Amino acid sequence: MTHSITVTVNEKEYTREVEPRLLLSDFLRHELGLTGTHVGCEHGVCGACTILFDGESIRSCLIFAIQADGHNITTVEGLATDKDNLHPLQQSFWEAHGLQCGYCTPGVLMTLIPFLKQNPNPSEDEIRHALSGNLCRCTGYQHIVDAVKLAAEKMK
Amino acid sequence: MKPAPFKYHAPHLLEEALSLMNQHADEAKLLAGGQSLVPAMNFRVVQPSLLIDLNHVQEMAYISEDKNALHIGAMARERQLEFNASIETRTPLLHEAVPFIAHPQIRNRGTIGGSIVNADPAAELPVLMLALDARLKAQSISGERWINAKDFFAGMFTTALEPNEILVEIELPFMSAHTGWSFMEVAPRAGDYALMGVAALVTLDENGKCTHAKLVYLNAGDGPVDAKDAAKSLEGETLSDALMESAAAMASEKEINPFGNVHTSPEFQRHLAKVLTKKALKQAIQRAGGAQ
Repeated sequence: MTHSITVTVNEKEYTREVEPRLLLSDFLRHELGLTGTHVGCEHGVCGACTILFDGESIRSCLIFAIQADGHNITTVEGLATDKDNLHPLQQSFWEAHGLQCGYCTPGVLMTLIPFLKQNPNPSEDEIRHALSGNLCRCTGYQHIVDAVKLAAEKMK
Repeated sequence: MKPAPFKYHAPHLLEEALSLMNQHADEAKLLAGGQSLVPAMNFRVVQPSLLIDLNHVQEMAYISEDKNALHIGAMARERQLEFNASIETRTPLLHEAVPFIAHPQIRNRGTIGGSIVNADPAAELPVLMLALDARLKAQSISGERWINAKDFFAGMFTTALEPNEILVEIELPFMSAHTGWSFMEVAPRAGDYALMGVAALVTLDENGKCTHAKLVYLNAGDGPVDAKDAAKSLEGETLSDALMESAAAMASEKEINPFGNVHTSPEFQRHLAKVLTKKALKQAIQRAGGAQ
């Protein structure tokens, strides 16, 4: 049996019929075509699917789409106004080479948006702690940390 | 890696949830934060035919206090606990320990009640409930009852709840001003399941003698492990290094029963328990106003 849900994603309202078992990550990717949200482990460990749910970072693979009914979601597609105007956090990742293959990047960015809001002047320790829920298999994290420091500067 | 099909109900009132649980106790699962249940469903380790989602039950998401105790609704999120001023002043042990629970992304969804009822031996909240002498309020359509934390955890992922009961509230007595606390764990990475962890409480009298102590361990057996003999050995005494050493040995060698896992042997867990116990006791004594 399907249920009708209405969800606001990146300030646009969508109404869809969903099966209760559909994960929010799959809803975003397959129903809405927002493939910026990546799926890694599907059990909440890797962080690739991190999105903002009512402004707070969560794993979109650990919540059902049906639970998002009436809620407000931001995905990585909601950060930049267009490809020439990246969000300062994205721009910093570009400039500091904060990514290699890019698979983990959307989840990392969506983790950092609320983090930098709450903590605009983070120490390196705090940055590394904030990143502990997002696995990156390419960079060794150093350039990600550099990118976060740069972003904190830019966003002041 | 996708959940099996299920039916879904999202009641707005506790009363509706209780009646649904009563009708469907054998096939239904309650969905709280979902941070342990949904992964288990994704793996199809758990395949409930009905999910009763408690996330719309606003009346279960409070944190309040009366004269002697905190009252926390089972649906209060871990992130709410982390930044709550009452918890920080009334039960500083809980305040200190919450950031050790997974990552902010998990704590934004995960609930106190969900983690307690899941009764994972490696989780922080069950250990904290034992350490803080929590009372847990279980409700069903036929009424309510209070269960002491020490009687609540009945083994690996098992609790004293009846199939039709819902954990609705956690009552935590205020910690006394003379009680020092410490929470320590060792994990491969911040936010991972800890290899070993301990919650320590020490209450000192005006002469610096220990009147009460508590040592509770995570990932040390088939539930949160209360090392009663080790704690007892500290009571009525002035806490010397030698005494703490012997209590740490007693707890780590005799009272805990760690199983080991892919990251650690049971022997290493016992070693960690011993080292952490000594460090945690020292910190707790200091915070209780003692000399250590």
